[in-house]
Amino acid sequence: MELLNAAIVLANFIVVPALSYGSQLALGALGVTLIYSVFRFADFAHGDTMSIATMMAIFVTWWLQAQGVGIAPLPIGLLAIPVAAVGTGILLLVIDRLVYRHYRRARAPLITFVIVSVGVMLMLNGLTRFIIGPGEQRFADGARFIISASEFKQLTGLREGLAIKTTQVITFATAWAFMAFLFWFLKFTRTGTAIRAFSDNEELALLSGISPKRVVTICWLLVALSATIAGTLYGLDKVYKPFNYFQLLLPIFAAAVVGGMGSPTGAVLGGYLIAFSEIAITYAYKRVAGYLLPESWQPEGLLQLLFTDYKFAVSFGILVVVLIFRPTGLIRGHPG
Amino acid sequence: METPSYDQKVILLFSYGRYILTFLAATELTGGYGSTNIIEDISLSVERGQIAVIVGPNGAGKSTAMKAIFGMITLRSGQICFKDKDISRLPPQKRVANGMAFVPQTRNIFPALTIAENLSMGAYLRKDNITAAVQQIYELFPILGERQNQLAGELSGGQRQQVALGRALMTSPELLMLDEPTAGVSPVVMDEVMERIMEIAGTGVAVMMVEQNARHALQIADIGYVLVQGRNRFTGSGPDLLANREVRTSFLGG
Amino acid sequence: MSKRESLYFVACIGLIFIVGLMQSWNVALALVNFGLVSAILALGVNIQWGYGGLFNAGIMGFVAVGGLAVVVTSAPPVITAWEAGAARIFLALAVAITTIAGAVLLWRYLNKGWLRTVAIVFWLLSGTFLFRWLFDPAVGAIETIDAARTGFLGGLGMPVLFAWPLGGLLAAVLALAIGKVALGLRSDYLAIATLAIAEVIVAVLKNEEWLTRGVKNISGLPRPVPYEINLQQAEWFQKIALITGLDLAEASSIAVKLCYTALLLVVLFVVFVLCERSLNAPWGRMMRSIRDNERAAAAMGKDVNGRQLQIFILGSAVCGIAGAILTTLDGQFTPASYQPLRFTFLIWVMVIVGGSGNNWGAVLGGLLIWFFWIQAEPMGYMAIEFLTSQMDFESPLRAHLVESAAHTRFLMMGLFLLLVMRFRPTGLIPER
Repeated sequence: MELLNAAIVLANFIVVPALSYGSQLALGALGVTLIYSVFRFADFAHGDTMSIATMMAIFVTWWLQAQGVGIAPLPIGLLAIPVAAVGTGILLLVIDRLVYRHYRRARAPLITFVIVSVGVMLMLNGLTRFIIGPGEQRFADGARFIISASEFKQLTGLREGLAIKTTQVITFATAWAFMAFLFWFLKFTRTGTAIRAFSDNEELALLSGISPKRVVTICWLLVALSATIAGTLYGLDKVYKPFNYFQLLLPIFAAAVVGGMGSPTGAVLGGYLIAFSEIAITYAYKRVAGYLLPESWQPEGLLQLLFTDYKFAVSFGILVVVLIFRPTGLIRGHPG
Repeated sequence: METPSYDQKVILLFSYGRYILTFLAATELTGGYGSTNIIEDISLSVERGQIAVIVGPNGAGKSTAMKAIFGMITLRSGQICFKDKDISRLPPQKRVANGMAFVPQTRNIFPALTIAENLSMGAYLRKDNITAAVQQIYELFPILGERQNQLAGELSGGQRQQVALGRALMTSPELLMLDEPTAGVSPVVMDEVMERIMEIAGTGVAVMMVEQNARHALQIADIGYVLVQGRNRFTGSGPDLLANREVRTSFLGG
Repeated sequence: MSKRESLYFVACIGLIFIVGLMQSWNVALALVNFGLVSAILALGVNIQWGYGGLFNAGIMGFVAVGGLAVVVTSAPPVITAWEAGAARIFLALAVAITTIAGAVLLWRYLNKGWLRTVAIVFWLLSGTFLFRWLFDPAVGAIETIDAARTGFLGGLGMPVLFAWPLGGLLAAVLALAIGKVALGLRSDYLAIATLAIAEVIVAVLKNEEWLTRGVKNISGLPRPVPYEINLQQAEWFQKIALITGLDLAEASSIAVKLCYTALLLVVLFVVFVLCERSLNAPWGRMMRSIRDNERAAAAMGKDVNGRQLQIFILGSAVCGIAGAILTTLDGQFTPASYQPLRFTFLIWVMVIVGGSGNNWGAVLGGLLIWFFWIQAEPMGYMAIEFLTSQMDFESPLRAHLVESAAHTRFLMMGLFLLLVMRFRPTGLIPER
């Protein structure tokens, strides 16, 4: 029984939150890795791309709410995703046309792309703040819990409760649905194979008649879709605030690099790895120990490896260690 | 003098009866990377069913000449006519659509894709069913059929060359350009590759290749070009060049 | 410097004058002072990027460490806190350093294999436990001492000017550690790694209250210049104020700012002259040859890694000095105010717009971009007022737009960066 209670505590405070946070990171990292595999640069603007995509989703949500649309128990935000994704896709294509294409044609060095993406980041950041403001926006509606802690306790008779938020389940399900789609697309469609071929050997792809324009367009559209889903799910699950999205950039980079830049499987793996480490390393295990250890062995401290404030630092730590010891990542991405 | 247009050529053909329409005619190509010219005034041509071989010392601009024909470097002057259309300004993928195929010397496969995917990418522009074409490639290179779901990057050097050739053939090209197809393969495989190339030419495909093993390659060449320092030095049929004393001593090692 | 290039500086001074005349001289001088610090920062980044081609996205970290130097040097010491736990904390830090150094040695001298992994993990874990055992109680003890007012160790109580070189030194030490591990990385990975490290540094400053009071901030740090209130009481100053015709409060505030301006000009001059001389010395030429072709330089027997480390340390040290100056100017240390957009990417805009590889360009970029960064708000406000002048005064859209005017600065910075990268990639004053 005690063992079960301890397991529930772990599930409630580590596994469930990490699964939903990890899904969000994985989606973000997929975007970064897609951009990297086709364009060969680390896109510093990706956090803000997610932010502006979410902003669009919020506007659509508000509009739908004003129309009296509701899909309870699910949040309307889900309905807003496709519309926002289209908007984001158009935005990214315009940016590519106005900004990146020039440097691609000029075969500019990699660092130029990074600097330019910093410029795009600043502009998107300013644009979002300008339009929706820097404040917090909550736009989740529908049922809050699938099962609340108290319901769980009643149901099982255990002393610990396991709360599962609707948004957590939705996050997990949507993320996996998208990932399944993406992997299917990349593996089994001609266009998907062409994207992989282009990423693998650009010159030979041109020699095979693969149109770089088409690859570029499809890639940005996939990035837009993943960024919109990632951003909206994060906003539904937690809260939308432009600055938070900028800050998400680093854990997302961490996930992409740890998994192996350019490898979609790696991005997913990296997302969950970063999420689990962030949460597991900063969790205070005192409560778990309370169930597992005999009375006399109870520790005085919180049994916390690092304070919660260092949550971000954990992912950066992992990032730096991986960069130094295995820059290709867990799953060998692109040699670069 | 400017190169005559197609119409002019037709007129020339009828009025003088000696101007021959060439399948691929690259005339007086000049170009290179950046501001320096690597090739200067190079002219190359090949007919259907022929094998043209380009030889010459290192740095003679052999590969650059091939890339120029395929539109992978910027030309400063010169003209490329293929099937009597001026293709000098087309991007590479349009040339592929026109029936040209190119196998670079290095990085000529998609290592992270399976063999089957490599072949399907070769046929990217084809709208028809490619199953039959893939079967043909597997007949030509049986080992590829056996390992179709293996990643191309895991293959040996000779097998990679076969994948590279197979990918290029998937477009059913009318002109096949090969940059050192036997680089880094064993002598046994080399003979086999040469044999396959002759087979391919036998089906009416024009083949243009750069070869390091000049002696070997010139033996199967209908026309041979010796390039030196970015310029044409000798041109002639394979046997002629092999018989030429100067070519032999300077470029074939005696 | 060409005629056009000097015109840029004249334009810069002109802009400041316009602000002085239209807004106030106080605002104009504040612009000048922070512009000068920005120029010093930009010079530091220019050493790394312009000379060495290193993309350091962790400028914020070095600036923050410079700020810490001010606290450590000049904040009054909290004797009771020192007695309560200082010894234990330093012991803990020594343990931490020994643990890390030991792990590196184990990694280096043991043969590869699972035994090494186990040994290192065991060593690190025991080191961590020992560290926490020493560290946690000491931190608790220090942070409870008069938590509302101190709750930290305090500094050495020395004159604040000492903090400026110390800020450079701290930043240099940090850069040495970071450079050792991160400089081998490819350019974009270096950017990601430095961005991450800077966040970690700021996270530490935010949370280690025993050292910095964390988000409770440290205010009232001493100044290298007189206080307004003292000036206002001094008779000689009252006379001067009378002559200039300004009211006493404004005159004193302007005088204080002018003192800072003078100090900053001295620092900028010294840093600039050193930068310029090193750039034109054989050392600078070698650095640029490494930047332009790392491989060729390595083939010619140049110690590429060593040189890059050198340049990383030098540039970071300048950033550290600028960071110390910034904290001195503010008179307070607020760890939460360190944001990458303001302290890393804004500086990048300065360097690139000004002209990478050119010290004049860096100075110009620092002054000019700082001007627009601050003036974007009033300018955006004016633009929106103008654009919406035809709209209903009560319209919510208009109200929203006016409210959003402040955020035009990010938009503007991004636009500057993109426009310069596209149409004038060498910057306003190109490298020579």
